[in-house]
Amino acid sequence: MRRAALLLLLLPLAGCDGIQSMTGGDGAQGAEFNSLFTLFMVVTGVVYILVIAFLIAALLRRGGKRTDVRDDPGEGHERGLTTALVVWTAFIALGLTVLTLASYFTDRSMAAAAVPANGEVLNIEITANQWWWDIRYHSPTHTETIRTANELHLPVGIPAHIQLRSTDVIHSFWVPNLAGKQDLIPGRLNDIDLLPRRTGLFRGQCAEFCGAQHAHMALDVTVESRDAFRAWWRQQAEPAKTPTTPLAMAGYNYVMQRECSVCHNISGTGATGQVAPDLTHVASRKSLAAGTLPMGRGQLYAWIADPQGVKPGNNMPYIGLEPQELHAVVAYLETLK
Amino acid sequence: MSSRSRASLALLVLVLAGCDREERNARGAPLPETGPAQQAALAATHSDPRAKQYENVSFQISQGQRLYSWMNCVGCHAHGGGGMGPPLMDEKWRYGGRMEDIVATIQKGRPNGMPAFEHKLTEQQAWQLAAYVRSLSAQPRQDVLSGRADEMSNTEPQTLDERKPVKDAAGSEPKGPVK
Ligand code: HEC
Ligand code: HEC
Ligand SMILES: [Cu+2]
Repeated sequence: MRRAALLLLLLPLAGCDGIQSMTGGDGAQGAEFNSLFTLFMVVTGVVYILVIAFLIAALLRRGGKRTDVRDDPGEGHERGLTTALVVWTAFIALGLTVLTLASYFTDRSMAAAAVPANGEVLNIEITANQWWWDIRYHSPTHTETIRTANELHLPVGIPAHIQLRSTDVIHSFWVPNLAGKQDLIPGRLNDIDLLPRRTGLFRGQCAEFCGAQHAHMALDVTVESRDAFRAWWRQQAEPAKTPTTPLAMAGYNYVMQRECSVCHNISGTGATGQVAPDLTHVASRKSLAAGTLPMGRGQLYAWIADPQGVKPGNNMPYIGLEPQELHAVVAYLETLK
Repeated sequence: MSSRSRASLALLVLVLAGCDREERNARGAPLPETGPAQQAALAATHSDPRAKQYENVSFQISQGQRLYSWMNCVGCHAHGGGGMGPPLMDEKWRYGGRMEDIVATIQKGRPNGMPAFEHKLTEQQAWQLAAYVRSLSAQPRQDVLSGRADEMSNTEPQTLDERKPVKDAAGSEPKGPVK
């Protein structure tokens, strides 16, 4: 019983590792904050232990010998007390000064990490919706803007300046491995700076309760080499290809003529809806519906056939496609690489 | 147990009522969708039982309000006041103002420029829109209206506000620089 409870206590430690970890230190801002956090833990921990130790000592002493207020402990004793108090106060003042200075310098170096060494900075715009992330990239070296959803790609070692907006309610952008949280507030512009230091796959998550599907509002983050990032950008900037097989063509026709194109955008086609995730390269993404399902044929079937069964309450309606229509639409979506 | 504590226990049980959650039908089709049999029944009674499940229902009106912007009804009807399309917040209806009529207008379109949304919207969405359109014109029940306003408002976001000098009780501005 007791052992089980202890084991349960260990569970939260699982949060200290992996693709969604505050202590990962994979981004400059996150790493800065981690060292500040460690310093705070050490200083406040020492103070805590000292206070408890004094308390215990006092309790033990009191139990041993009864003292009477009328007893005069003598001048020497009083001088000792004064010295102890002065030392204690000085110790606290020193601790507070160290913490204040450390906070100040951490803040400065976080700000410095956002300033690019050679003027190279990536501008990204993220708009939160119930319950998915709309992502646009702007770049001075590329004329085109690219738009994707629920998937962020970042080149390692280049600062990213991200503007954050919301269309409906307050959400919060949080990629624990890279940096702290920042809210996305309707009618207001916020921003956050990231400087990834290591390549890898990370997971972000909305960190402000935003309704029924708040838990299914995740974000895949890929930090990659500059070359890989450039290749990804070029591929995302391409318009969608016209399908070649008859089945995919039938799916294309359905998507263009029916409900889908009203909400979704597919570049290079007549689908120009702006209120749902851009599907131009949907099949190249790692997951579906903001991390609800991994990307794959079976999951595409599940999602298109009944989005309300997979993610109840989300803003894509149950349409009720006929089986042939479903086959065709999934075949078409799979070509959107 | 004293009667006092029994009474308080009974009261505590009341709190459990808070655990109930509004049932929402996410997939639509609260009643069989309009097949031939229903069509015939409709023609006989001239009223669709589904109307009751959407009209004056808070969640449906709120969804309708969202779709009203998403489907760009705003472009032609503004926020009810009308533009290139007729106003929707008055009591005049060219094609009838019952839920069923509005759903028919949205699905089939109307000759003088109202596009048909059949196969662009699901049936459920058409009903939700109709519930919202009805809430524009009928005296809406305050308790079912959405607290959200989707139209433009003439108050600037607070973040764009310039700091105004504070006036004192007499209405004159205080002296000295105000930043
Ligand atoms: C009323 C608007 C609407 C219609 C119509 C609609 N969708 Fe969606 N769709 C959405 C929204 C909103 C989401 C995001 C849902 C979420 O993750 O919460 C979405 C998500 C998706 C996704 C997952 C995208 C991603 O990157 O995770 C796919 C694929 C998709 N829709 C395909 C379709 C197809 C195919 C159709 C037509 C059969 C369609 N949608 C019709 C609104 C719509
Ligand atoms: C392209 C412009 C346009 C758009 C978009 C549009 N409407 Fe209309 N609508 C019209 C016009 C024009 C009429 C008048 C048709 C007529 O008199 O035959 C109309 C008529 C109507 C009527 C009937 C009014 C009456 O007096 O009976 C309703 C209800 C209506 N629209 C609702 C909607 C809704 C809901 C949407 C969004 C899904 C929408 N409309 C989108 C142009 C538009
Ligand atoms: Cu959330």
